[in-house]
Amino acid sequence: METIKLTIDNKKAEVPKGTTIHKAARQMGIEIPTLCYMELHDLNIENKPAGCRICMVEVEGRRNLAPSCATRCEEGMVIKTHTTRVLNARRTVMEFILSDHPKDCLICPKSGNCELQAMANKLGIREIPGQEIAAMSTYRKDTSPSIIRDLDKCILCRRCEMMCNDVQTVGALSAVNRGFMATVAPAFEQNLEYSSCTYCGQCVAVCPTGALTEVDHTPEVLRALADPSKTVIVQTAPAVRAALGEEFGMAPGTLVTGKMVSALRALGFDYVFDTDFAADLTIMEEGTELLGRLNRHLKGDTTAKLPILTSCCPGWVNFFEYYYPDLKDIPSTAKSPQQMFGAIAKTYFAGKIKINRKDLVVVSIMPCLAKKYECQRDEFSTENNRDVDFSISTRELAAFIKQANIDLNNLEEGEFDAPLGESTGAGVIFGTTGGVIEAAVRTAYELQTGKKLERLDFTELRGLEGVREATIDFDGLPVRIGIAHGLGNARKLLDDVRSGKSQFHAIEVMACPGGCIGGGGQPLHHGNSEIIKARAAAIYTEDRKKPLRKSHENPFIIKLYEEFLEKPNSEKAHHLLHTHYFERKKKILVKP
Amino acid sequence: MAKQKKQLLVCGGKSCSSHNSEVLYDNLCLELEANALENEVSVVRSGCFGLCHLGPVVMVMPEKVVYVKVNPDDTRDIIAEHLIKGRKVERLLYHDPVSGKIIPEEKDFAPLKKQMRIVLRNCGIIDPENIEEAIAHDAYEALGRVLTEMKPADVIRIIRDSGLRGRGGGGFPTGLKWEIAYNNKSDEKYVVCNADEGDPGAFMDRSVLEGDPHAVLEAMAICGYSIGAGKGLIYIRAEYPLAVARLKTAIRQARDYGLLGDDIMGTGFSFDIEIRYGAGAFVCGEETALIHSMEGLRGEPTVKPPFPAESGFRGKPTNVNNVETFACISPIILKGAKWFSSIGTEKSKGTKVFALAGKINNVGLIEVPMGITLREVIYEIGGGIRNGKKFKAAQTGGPSGGCLTEKHLDTPIDFDNLLAAGSMMGSGGMIVMDEDDCMVSVARFFLDFTVEESCGKCSPCRIGNKRLHELLDHITKGKGVPADLDRLMNMSMVIKDTSLCGLGQSSPNPVLSTLNNFREEYEAHVTVKKCPAGQCRDLMEYFIISENCVGCTACARVCPVNAITGERKETHTINPSICIKCGACIEKCKFDAVIIR
Amino acid sequence: MSSIKIELRQEDVAKIKEICTSFGNDEQELINVLHKCQEHFGYLPAEVQEVVSDELSVPVAKIYGVVTFYSFFTMTPKGKHPISICMGTACYVRGAEKVLEEFKKELRLQVGQTTSDGKFSLSSLRCVGACGLAPVVMVGDKTYGRVAPDDVRNIIKEYEK
Repeated sequence: METIKLTIDNKKAEVPKGTTIHKAARQMGIEIPTLCYMELHDLNIENKPAGCRICMVEVEGRRNLAPSCATRCEEGMVIKTHTTRVLNARRTVMEFILSDHPKDCLICPKSGNCELQAMANKLGIREIPGQEIAAMSTYRKDTSPSIIRDLDKCILCRRCEMMCNDVQTVGALSAVNRGFMATVAPAFEQNLEYSSCTYCGQCVAVCPTGALTEVDHTPEVLRALADPSKTVIVQTAPAVRAALGEEFGMAPGTLVTGKMVSALRALGFDYVFDTDFAADLTIMEEGTELLGRLNRHLKGDTTAKLPILTSCCPGWVNFFEYYYPDLKDIPSTAKSPQQMFGAIAKTYFAGKIKINRKDLVVVSIMPCLAKKYECQRDEFSTENNRDVDFSISTRELAAFIKQANIDLNNLEEGEFDAPLGESTGAGVIFGTTGGVIEAAVRTAYELQTGKKLERLDFTELRGLEGVREATIDFDGLPVRIGIAHGLGNARKLLDDVRSGKSQFHAIEVMACPGGCIGGGGQPLHHGNSEIIKARAAAIYTEDRKKPLRKSHENPFIIKLYEEFLEKPNSEKAHHLLHTHYFERKKKILVKP
Repeated sequence: MAKQKKQLLVCGGKSCSSHNSEVLYDNLCLELEANALENEVSVVRSGCFGLCHLGPVVMVMPEKVVYVKVNPDDTRDIIAEHLIKGRKVERLLYHDPVSGKIIPEEKDFAPLKKQMRIVLRNCGIIDPENIEEAIAHDAYEALGRVLTEMKPADVIRIIRDSGLRGRGGGGFPTGLKWEIAYNNKSDEKYVVCNADEGDPGAFMDRSVLEGDPHAVLEAMAICGYSIGAGKGLIYIRAEYPLAVARLKTAIRQARDYGLLGDDIMGTGFSFDIEIRYGAGAFVCGEETALIHSMEGLRGEPTVKPPFPAESGFRGKPTNVNNVETFACISPIILKGAKWFSSIGTEKSKGTKVFALAGKINNVGLIEVPMGITLREVIYEIGGGIRNGKKFKAAQTGGPSGGCLTEKHLDTPIDFDNLLAAGSMMGSGGMIVMDEDDCMVSVARFFLDFTVEESCGKCSPCRIGNKRLHELLDHITKGKGVPADLDRLMNMSMVIKDTSLCGLGQSSPNPVLSTLNNFREEYEAHVTVKKCPAGQCRDLMEYFIISENCVGCTACARVCPVNAITGERKETHTINPSICIKCGACIEKCKFDAVIIR
Repeated sequence: MSSIKIELRQEDVAKIKEICTSFGNDEQELINVLHKCQEHFGYLPAEVQEVVSDELSVPVAKIYGVVTFYSFFTMTPKGKHPISICMGTACYVRGAEKVLEEFKKELRLQVGQTTSDGKFSLSSLRCVGACGLAPVVMVGDKTYGRVAPDDVRNIIKEYEK
């Protein structure tokens, strides 16, 4: 590899050709401050518009300061990262940025977790000269079912735009206007609700300020908990336990399943259940549907549509409803685990404890913002009573625990309640990319072949590669599987399906890079992809520790079918656990 | 070549056509027909003559007699007297404002005397819609020579040796730029002509495109041959409909003549040109922004490197030059690098076109050799300051430039001297200001433009320029304090040092240059709260001189806000806290008792 | 998901499609397409942008981003007599600002607005290349040179009938 020698802050270094100054400095232990630059290395995501102009450094022989994030190292470069000139420039630019930013940090949802606030602190900004005559760029606030846009706080780092367009190919956001009024918004600066937004929340996950945040549903949850007439139950998604600890100072990848259960119980939930249980249920339904379609296909039934697409990710569902309405009969009709849980809770479980569904409040803890929208969908309500009443994110739960003065670190390990708290390792791995399909394979293999599956770790389905494919031998029958995470990657597979080129039998799609562990509702990674990798490792650890690792072996699932649902894909199961999809893109009405 | 003996050239530039030069053209045609002269005399709509203050202008060829301020009604005289009787129409000839002498021929015009026309060589002389006339004036001869006698490297060497530097603003050596594009190997390359002229007060590119479009097309083809590109794109302002129409005609004609398209002149070299439209964004003059705009995106610049020569339009090596640069190419090929480099100063060769405007007598487009002094431009070509006022400053380089002052009057004008003086060449706007112009307000005006035109991508330009503008505005309103001047200085330096593209890196120049050259004027604004030029309304005070006031009460009666009090036949006074400075009292007073101070 | 109602006449949709096709439905030709659409419709309402989005397969947010970036594009219809005041430097030093103020006052309009009767719209533009006539005002295609604030009322009067 060709290398380049250079000097940074009087230290000599040798870096591969093409390395930027920022990366070279980082390798030498010099962290040059920046606001807009962000890299998620293993996910191939990089944002470097070189727009914030905070990471400026002095390069000997150059007339102007250079943005370290976007300047390639050249042979013999002599770079200084903290001269008086650099520090004055950085401070002045920061003062510019702050002069057009509200100063309501005290009540900002991002306070304490805001990269701009941290930068102001780091640079020791104590006043903003000229603030009294400085006009602010102000915009209308927008609240959608999942996401709040408060663009007065936008610093135009363009990370959200990059995620929405380059990574997710959703195209809901674009830079709009020019100059001082430039910002990032949907078309016509309309509300997100009227755009192609899937509520995947990746824009929120990368926003360095309070410009993009989630809608906070904890007040509603608190109100329900305080209402003596309500029985309030909670379900926790698999990815939450692998990330919640980060909000309490624990190392990324620390599993806090037991402490989380205790915290929820301490918060006053009447029953603490697990979405993993519903994930096992999903496998029963979706796996059966897959085998049904596959076997019909093998028998030559041309009406059997393949590949089958997973449908547990609501961001992904929103995406294909908008961009691929012509393919809306291809995804599995199985509801997502969150909604399966809600449907079973408000029927089976409500019956068990003998209360009216209206007196049962179902709360979900999700790594996801699209789940907030999903639970508000009309088709997931019965007589105006939602199957899942409220969905709050991992971040909201952390804030809730802190508000209640609960010390997560020192809690006892609690156990989920029965019957909806029992799960297998298959349910756990739903939390990471490739996990749903791996769980499905574990069950489908045994159902299809009637043989016991010896090898449970399908490493060929794991990893962070954006699009992965594998062929699994179902005892002589090769089952071809595709996996995509990130909607841009999903689009590649979908385009092949649309054009008839796709050779897959089943495709798993997760909207967020990394799957749910990288969800829009998770603790912020601030551009560190190691965090996402650590969470994935934690998920697989949890799976390995479980005594049962195949969904169909979950005794409570077996019991649920025996007592209530009869068998997978039964009429009752269809009624409660399956859904249908809509075309979401607005039509252009033509006047006659 | 026209077969007729005589030609009447009617200036079709914007200033002239706004003054009915179209009707004038029609009348001339009708009049010729009426005199059965239409086969002997042709009427041609030409490009801008550069005599904008004298428009509409008609030139009779071949004797080059120029008639100025011609009305449509004057056509009869021109035909009857000049063409038929051979007598010049004296009242329509140019009268030198200084000597009062009548100057009939173009070559003796004071504004044209110090000029040297390379870029504008054919403007106003040929019919821009007739390729044959262009060819008769040597168009495409250089291309022919290049294609048949030279290798790409030879052409690049000539351009390099000529010392030609980019006329769009930065002054990057053109030959070097071509060489880099040549050295970047690719199956596809592009030649782009930047015709998105956006400096407020500059219109030379427009004049070239309207007056001599083939000069640009030919040069682009030469560039294409040199760097190995088969496709050219002209990025032009949509607000220039005439230039667009003439370019389209020229491209069509060049294709018909085999001078564009496949296998040009049978040499096997193919090159074609397409037009892309700008849509009103000054920042698109920056080459990376321009390329993004041509790709259907927001015209936001990106960090260089990579330079367009490496990765430009559609990710392919792309060479971007502006109109004026291209217009220099053919003469260099035909007359040689030595000839071109003999003109100008050590590091700035050839000529430069300026759009001379502002408080000057002879407004118009001028082309002068590099190294000419500001004094020559203003007093010899420009005919001095209007109304005998005192010269204060000349702003060059538009919103990216700065002011030249009295002390720069004898400095030779070239790229490096302008930079050293805190200004820049820019695209060539030159606005002359007199003693009535407040330099703080001028700086504010340019910042107003930059704030409007900033793309918003980087924070120093998006927010910093806004803050600069606000502070300047504050100062012109008399609310500034002395410490503000240091803040202006610091903000300006940081914006220059940290902005992403040339727009932001140069936008504080008007502030820095006026602050450096007219610091005492700034100080007057922030200390004694006075505007020495008397332009800042908020710093003016209306005052009644008691010696002159007869107590007629006229002013008090006309004052819309009752700010003036006083008994009849006694001195009146103006209450400055009520006065809205509307000026009604001054107009009304017959005794010159009301003054502004 | 709620949706905004978008209504266009059949022939308008056909026209937009025709324009897009004439540029090969190439997304890189977006600006040319928008120019043609604005030429035809006089402005670029949301509906037009939606159709262009479909035809060129460019997200409508991006199209809006482009439309709002370039000052030539507008989403509000211009008046029957669009008035533009040149704010180039030459015009500025010869008093264009005062002329603009006078138009604002006379028409009770801000720059970028159109009168309620749709008759006049007011805009400022960059150098039109008529610096010899500064300050310059354009009403439609007609150019007025050396305009003084006092001339403003008469210019408006010409078009009021």
